[in-house]
Amino acid sequence: MTEALILTARCLRLSRRQVDALMTSLLLPVLLMILFVELFGGAIEPGGGYVTYVVPGVLLLCAGFSSGLTAVAVCQDMTGGCIDRLRSMDVRGASLLSGHVAASVARNLASGVLVVAVALALGFHPHAAAVEWLEAAGVLLAFIVAISSLSATIGLVARSPEAANGFTFLIMFLPYASSAFVPVHTMPGWLQGFAGHQPITPITEALRGLLLGTRVGSNAWVAMAWCAGILVLSIVASGVLFARRAE
Amino acid sequence: MTYTIDSDRTAVTPSSDGAAVEASGLEKSYGGAQVLSGIDLRMPRGSVLALLGPNGAGKTTTVRILSTLIRADAGRARVAGFDVAGERAQVRRRISVTGQYAAVDGLQTGEENLRMVGRLRGLDRAQAGRRAGELLERFDLLAAGGRRVGTYSGGMRRRLDLAMSLVSDPAVLFLDEPTTGLDPRSRQAMWVLVGELAARGVSVFLTTQYLEEADRLADEIVVLDRGRVVAQGTAAELKRRVAEQRLVLTLASPEALADAAWALGDRAIEVDRDELTIVAAFDGNAREVRAMLDEIDPDRSAIDDFAVRNATLDDVFLELTDD
Repeated sequence: MTEALILTARCLRLSRRQVDALMTSLLLPVLLMILFVELFGGAIEPGGGYVTYVVPGVLLLCAGFSSGLTAVAVCQDMTGGCIDRLRSMDVRGASLLSGHVAASVARNLASGVLVVAVALALGFHPHAAAVEWLEAAGVLLAFIVAISSLSATIGLVARSPEAANGFTFLIMFLPYASSAFVPVHTMPGWLQGFAGHQPITPITEALRGLLLGTRVGSNAWVAMAWCAGILVLSIVASGVLFARRAE
Repeated sequence: MTYTIDSDRTAVTPSSDGAAVEASGLEKSYGGAQVLSGIDLRMPRGSVLALLGPNGAGKTTTVRILSTLIRADAGRARVAGFDVAGERAQVRRRISVTGQYAAVDGLQTGEENLRMVGRLRGLDRAQAGRRAGELLERFDLLAAGGRRVGTYSGGMRRRLDLAMSLVSDPAVLFLDEPTTGLDPRSRQAMWVLVGELAARGVSVFLTTQYLEEADRLADEIVVLDRGRVVAQGTAAELKRRVAEQRLVLTLASPEALADAAWALGDRAIEVDRDELTIVAAFDGNAREVRAMLDEIDPDRSAIDDFAVRNATLDDVFLELTDD
């Protein structure tokens, strides 16, 4: 446990000092909110209510980007000399990866708060009491932990940090083909099948329901099941991948 | 792949014979390519061993097996008295590894890097801070300790890397090509540091491509070539294994060179057609020189010049690792 905390502190220090990535993580929420609300919002919903629809989508988009950076950071550790030193000190792989995931969660909290702040400034009117806010934060946190762990696992597989970076792009693409930005029923039939059944849609709907006080239904459980599934898969896969290095 | 290390033997007490590193029959192959084909070696406690060999000889693979980072396909090894396969945790507590690529975080300061290693090695905050300070001073990094490592020179990074390896006072220190890529001044500084460690009784297992480095630092040299140990001994012993003296002949013409090389046969170690020189081995006896000169140059016109020099480790190395 101490090991994981020491490595979390390290990852946080490194993220804070990676100025370019840090700037992007902080600018992205602001720019995306403005982009969707002010540029697309008028066309999508001329009445001006799009900001309310789009908040969960932007939250997930930013979380996807910020978590995706974990793949790059893990890959850098694995391909540089760092991992050999840690392993020769008998540091467990799980400690290193949980350090990266914990740092990712902290980065995401900052960007999540920023998204909500910008949204409120642009006219976002949530209908949520403290309990719903907490539940929404819980769903978002589950998504961040799951996607950061998946990202860390990708970082173990990727041959170079550049390749790991490609994963960030893939994660960021998923919300577009979900109910995050437009309702699924407006999409062509062949896409609806995918969009309706990929994890981003129930997660988006759960967040939306909780924040707007509308019906959440089974979305929250489906969302949590997806996150738990992704997390378990990542933990198992990263354990196997890590052990394979010792051959 | 056959894995023949029996992990049943998990003796917890270190063997008392005083070996810091002991390996027998180590084999490793990657994708059908045999990288190590049966390495045997022994390094007494408190000594410095240099694993010397050209690129691709298997030096790094050997270090990685001995430092528990990878498993051998066959053979067994004990480091600091513990089995590298069956007692990894015990081995890891007693060793440190400085790899070929400085394993330091460029975005952390030198001091932060050292503190982090201290904490991971189980020191508390205050102890880790004190240890970091001591090591920065000892490695001449005190002024740079508060700066990010990304701003360090290559030599400073290597020194920091070595300092990080010493946070835990390891019983056995592995240094994989500690001076590759360093300028001459930084290399000298590294040599001084390793010499000091050896003087303090740390067992040092290092790999190098530089004969001078092995000669200078190591008590014992193991020459590795294509996955096999081709020679082993002190620098002096290795030099003695090939004739101690070298006769350097400068010939008058390319034709004379060809004739002389033909006449010398096996005794010619190096033939340089551009410089018109031949290096031959001999035992240092004046009669032998005279006989050799008469033999290849009976009418005293082919040889312009000759010089005698002592064999260097380079001569040994070339002779041992040649086809």
